[in-house]
Amino acid sequence: MNKIAKLFVTFISAITLTLVSFTSSFAKVEGEYIVLGSAISLTGKYSSNGVHTQNGYNMAVDRINKMGGVEVQGKKYKFEIIYYDDESNPKRAAQLAERLIKQDGVHYMLGPYSSGLTKAIAPVTEKYKIPMVEANGASRSLFTKGYKYLFAVLSPANQYLEVAIDLAVEKNGGKGVKIAQAFEQDAFSQDVRLGILDAAKRTGSEIIIDDKLPKELNDMAATLAKVKAVKPDVLVVSGHTKGALTAIRQISEMKVDVPMLAMTHCDAAKLSKQHGKKSEFALCASQWHKNLSYKDKFFGSGKKYAKDFQKEFGYDPPYQSAESSAALLVFKDAFERANSFDRDAVRDALVDTEMQTFYGNIKFGPGGQNVAKPMILFQVRCKGDDCENRVVAPTKWASDKFYHPIPKWSDRS
Amino acid sequence: MDFLIFKAPMLMVQASLDGILLGILFALIAYGMALQWGVMNIINIAQGDLVILGGYIAYTIYLWGIHPAWGVIISPIIMFFVGWGLYKLVINKVVDRDLFISILATFGIAIVFQQLMNFIFGADVVVAQSEYGTTMLFDNSVTLPNSKIFSAFISVLYAVALVIYMKKSRLGRAIRATAQNARAAKILGVDTEKVYAATFGINAALCGIAGALISITLTLHPYVGLPYTVRSFMIVIVAGLGNLPAVAVSGMGLGLFEEFADYILGTEFRIGAVFMLLVFILVYRRFKLSKKREYLK
Repeated sequence: MNKIAKLFVTFISAITLTLVSFTSSFAKVEGEYIVLGSAISLTGKYSSNGVHTQNGYNMAVDRINKMGGVEVQGKKYKFEIIYYDDESNPKRAAQLAERLIKQDGVHYMLGPYSSGLTKAIAPVTEKYKIPMVEANGASRSLFTKGYKYLFAVLSPANQYLEVAIDLAVEKNGGKGVKIAQAFEQDAFSQDVRLGILDAAKRTGSEIIIDDKLPKELNDMAATLAKVKAVKPDVLVVSGHTKGALTAIRQISEMKVDVPMLAMTHCDAAKLSKQHGKKSEFALCASQWHKNLSYKDKFFGSGKKYAKDFQKEFGYDPPYQSAESSAALLVFKDAFERANSFDRDAVRDALVDTEMQTFYGNIKFGPGGQNVAKPMILFQVRCKGDDCENRVVAPTKWASDKFYHPIPKWSDRS
Repeated sequence: MDFLIFKAPMLMVQASLDGILLGILFALIAYGMALQWGVMNIINIAQGDLVILGGYIAYTIYLWGIHPAWGVIISPIIMFFVGWGLYKLVINKVVDRDLFISILATFGIAIVFQQLMNFIFGADVVVAQSEYGTTMLFDNSVTLPNSKIFSAFISVLYAVALVIYMKKSRLGRAIRATAQNARAAKILGVDTEKVYAATFGINAALCGIAGALISITLTLHPYVGLPYTVRSFMIVIVAGLGNLPAVAVSGMGLGLFEEFADYILGTEFRIGAVFMLLVFILVYRRFKLSKKREYLK
């Protein structure tokens, strides 16, 4: 009897196991759901931006599902996302990607937060031929490796501040300018630096300070003292939020006068809030701003998106959320054009993507980067103690005129 | 661009002052480390994270609308109890073990602290504003942020107070006795358990002060503690244990060395240069001690 019972249990569990593995291998589409997978930083050092990314994804999933979902072969499907927390750790992210694909049977991936983690996941998705639309990895090296299943809705990192150099040259009457630059030694910032080097060569500008900041560094006094001594036309700083906050703190304390200051990560650092008037006139590169005039039928305009986002999550959407939402719109569009759940058909449809979203135009270049959308620059401007970011370039969307040159500290109140 | 510093002599003044002011702040953190290292024979990997926690306390009162400079009084008081609790919870179990166990334990504490701070304060980089302005010297060519001068001043003040306290007070003498010979102190009636807890508390309080000063001079983030640990470790290695003047001098020396390395070797070699110096000093000390037929303790 005991033996029979044991046999019975074994039999049942074997069947259950088979069933589980059977269903999971078809988990790409379960019933009326298209299942997407994403490893995302919910804890660890990227957790705040990880949450912005997740909120962006969720917002778009809700919206698309509510507005009828995705139509494939005459049937309506809804999106569903499986999330895992990658703890801001690239190794963990790669493991989770593997798990999503092999155990959960996910056939379509959404990207994680940051270039570093996207770099860790891309080889995995590539190996299993899983199309991944990512919205938060801008590093140029992602797009030079010949990945075939990687698609990014954002502009690559080297484009971040090129516009700023063009602007400086334009203000200088078309002549080359003197550039001082300080970049953190990480993949993203160094890509931004390469963009500046290209722009300098193209415009005949000269780079007179080229500092590489160690990752541990939280003091830029030496770099800024050099800047004070050599008086460049433009100062470019990129070192994530820490770099942006440190730069503004020390520029204002050391009274460094430069006609133009260009940076990255100003909005992530909440520069205008944390430093107030000290950050006025800083130029910042951004992937998106709510005042841009792009439109789509799901979110309407950028302003409408910002309003809905604010209602749902209680804060103004940073560009990390907007680009994440756009990734879902791209997937929906690709599924409908492919009219199939075949991975390669979806991948081919992604290659042919050419659409406008509230976030911007999207068309993928040969490396998978978005080539249809320019970077924008905004400038921090203050009224009294109230500071905000206003778009100043490209001129098509500029809400304000670019203020140049920055007044000297002795003239600023 | 090469050797700009030699073309513009004012840069040398600027670099020296920057280095010294920052070095004094680091020396304060290092002094706490030297103190508890000397007394308890524990290398505290969580030192930097205690500093950052102290900084967040100052940042929190800043968010409540109180000037962050008050953090240099409030933060050490809270941090003293944090240190005391930490001792009762974890450190008392590893205090008699070998150095490796204590490194592992404090490394664990560091990770827990980082995650807790991330959880409570968020992963954003934050700064507190002191609005202290700037002092200009030599026709505006040398600028000194008043917040840095303030932080150096406060560091010196607390360090001097601590030295007097260690010399004069009952607890201070008990701490020094325990540092010299814990067993003998115990036999003579010193409650070493209490001394250890107090030492760890005082160390945490020093970290609290340094953290409050960092919140108004530099930036705060849950994961930037480690560089402070490494820096104070280095200062202690160079200066030796229980020698405040040496800690102060080596702190300022390292600050200066770093600033000048930045100008001469380039910013990217700044931290590397400090590590090279550390290797050089360790080898040199080893060499000197082997001549004297002693051993490096």
